[in-house]
Amino acid sequence: MTDLLYSDTEEALRDSVRRLFADKCPPESVMRAYGPAPHDFSEVWHALAADLGMAGLLVPEQLGGAGAGAREAAVVMEEIGRAVAPVPFLSSAVLATVALLESGETETVKGLAAGSLTAALALPLSSAPDDAVAGVAVGADGLTGRVTSVAGASEADVLVVPVTGRDGLELHTVSRDAAGVDVSPVLTLDMTRPLGNVEFSGAASSRVDAAPAEAAVRTALETGAALLASEQLGIAQWCFDTTLAYVKQRKQFGRAIGSYQAIKHRLADLWIEVNSAAAAARYAADTAARRDGAAIGAAVAQAYCSGAAVHAAEECVQLHGGIGMTWEYPAHLYLKRAKSDQLAFGTAYRHRTRLADLVGLPVS
Amino acid sequence: MGIDEQAIAEDLGARVRALLDEHDPTSSDPRDFLAARFDAGLAWVHFPRGSGGLELPRSFQSQVEADLAAAGAPPGGGGRNGIGMGMAAPTIAAFGSAEQQRKFLRPLFTGEHIYCQLFSEPGAGSDLAGVATRAVRDGDDWIVNGQKVWTSGAQNAQMAILVARTDPTVPKHQGLTYFVCDMTVGGVDVRPLRQITGEAEFNEVFLTDVRVPDANRLGAVGGGWKVATTTLNNERVAIGSMLGVTRETGMIGKVTEAWRAEPQLRNPAMHDELMRLWVEAEVARLTGLRLRQRLTAGQPGPEGAGMKVTFARLAQAISGFEIELHPESGLRYDDWTMRQPEVVDFTGREPGYRYLRARGNSIEGGTSEILRNTIAERILGLPPEHRVDKDIAYKDLDKGAAR
Repeated sequence: MTDLLYSDTEEALRDSVRRLFADKCPPESVMRAYGPAPHDFSEVWHALAADLGMAGLLVPEQLGGAGAGAREAAVVMEEIGRAVAPVPFLSSAVLATVALLESGETETVKGLAAGSLTAALALPLSSAPDDAVAGVAVGADGLTGRVTSVAGASEADVLVVPVTGRDGLELHTVSRDAAGVDVSPVLTLDMTRPLGNVEFSGAASSRVDAAPAEAAVRTALETGAALLASEQLGIAQWCFDTTLAYVKQRKQFGRAIGSYQAIKHRLADLWIEVNSAAAAARYAADTAARRDGAAIGAAVAQAYCSGAAVHAAEECVQLHGGIGMTWEYPAHLYLKRAKSDQLAFGTAYRHRTRLADLVGLPVS
Repeated sequence: MGIDEQAIAEDLGARVRALLDEHDPTSSDPRDFLAARFDAGLAWVHFPRGSGGLELPRSFQSQVEADLAAAGAPPGGGGRNGIGMGMAAPTIAAFGSAEQQRKFLRPLFTGEHIYCQLFSEPGAGSDLAGVATRAVRDGDDWIVNGQKVWTSGAQNAQMAILVARTDPTVPKHQGLTYFVCDMTVGGVDVRPLRQITGEAEFNEVFLTDVRVPDANRLGAVGGGWKVATTTLNNERVAIGSMLGVTRETGMIGKVTEAWRAEPQLRNPAMHDELMRLWVEAEVARLTGLRLRQRLTAGQPGPEGAGMKVTFARLAQAISGFEIELHPESGLRYDDWTMRQPEVVDFTGREPGYRYLRARGNSIEGGTSEILRNTIAERILGLPPEHRVDKDIAYKDLDKGAAR
């Protein structure tokens, strides 16, 4: 039986993450991601990953993790969305961690679970769970090839690299500082989730997959898609809450703008949409945790929540009027994250197409 | 599930088995079975003891329903008492005295008393508190005069829930009183009201010197608005729950069935639209499920308004799409004769019927516009609409033309 609510443990976890972000990355601090020199947010990440132990949520206890699951990780993602927190939780604690765990790797994951290591999965952030995985080449002189738009590449100590081997896909690890590895940061629409282009030119790597790497990568992307819906929910909730507070307080023509029906009805519709996004996001997290119907859960949630987050952010800008358009006001941080999140792990169009296959509604 | 909950669930399971042992649902008269179920406290487990319940959290009801349905038991209310089960029963449980609960709930649950709802009037639609039907005290009775409209099932109903004006000298919300009214007494005239689908699912009900005992009053004299709000909140939850419990039920199921069965209907542009609607229907289903998981105890609040708005929007979008999906048969219509159906058969008829009937979904039970006001004001705390009629005695209001 699916449970779409939050347990007391999940609520307690949310409180601790929310307090951390309120303390360590308020909007004026997140804004620095858009400064001329890249700002270092590693202190926030280490507090989240190591001090609060969130990096190990998806890692079993025998490997040093918390032995929790996707439901708990989803709550962290909600809070990341709510704060547009510039932390590599999705890229390291979800994508790289799940790819390694699913392929049977047990060493690097211990470091990841402890928060002493940070990793990134060397695939474009836009990779959908059903994309054919194009691994980089491997030869006598190591890895060669280029992977663009890799989330968290610059913040990573270790790159987890899908590699096209002689007998199919393999999974390798390589230190980001190793010879023959070059990571160049990309100027992005959403600077709070840094992307990097990774160039391998004869990098010595270790092959780590004990289990089929293709399935491991697919599960990682699918878990990423499922949990991204919770980040999108968090974005939508912040935008909704902030806009609601603003229309109650902002007065024009001698009355609160939230007293006009044109505004009230937009907020009522947005409330309905955010509630619906909550149900879809919790369903994706719950089915991912139970590994029962997870592919459909993730596709439905991405098809719905990606648009809901963008709509909430767009409404936030519009209903704030002029101030919503300023660099100073944080609404744009949410709009940029929401719009970029629409592309992560494939657009809603892609997820609808995939869903059609999963539920047997062919296009022709 | 905690230890206490486990114990309650086991105890309930035993009670259900005992009921089924003593009354084989496949061979007993449905009404006798339902009476026994009521007496066992298994009608609504969250209701008081003696009123069909066991005073347990509402969350345990679904297991009882599932177990009994699996055993082939008849549905509560006898299967054709939607207003009784969905609206009257929770209101009677919330506002009725112990004696009223004993008197009304058992025959309601067995299906002996089919209920209808005497709320809307030609001059009081969205503005329900503006009802003009008068109830005047006469000894132990009230004498009721007025005209009600949009009353589904009135032609088959034994009982009604009724909102009437008992004091026109105070502002409109304060002068209303709520009654349970016997539809079989003299002075009740039911006339079918034909709608755009061709059928007459609803009625106009003319009340002329109808006698209602004061013993049938729910809540205080002048307290009818509060009681009616409980009924309406339950109504919206009931309508919202029409979204279905399992995937691809209801209208979206008709569309997916056609898409799978008839490959010649498919084209790529419609495919993306189909999947958009599929996703929206699935998310609405999950949202309804989540609302029910949160509603483990007590009366539903205004949250059901959101589900109702969603249900209406989706029903209209899907039924419109469904006609376009059938380029030729979409031109046809199945039946224009004036039928008086007992229940709305959304999925048993053709796409044209669904399309036309769905227009009413955003009007009945609170228009989507009024429900957006409800959400904005009661849930989000936004300032209320300016109300020129709020502090004026009902009798002094400008009532305009009746529609």
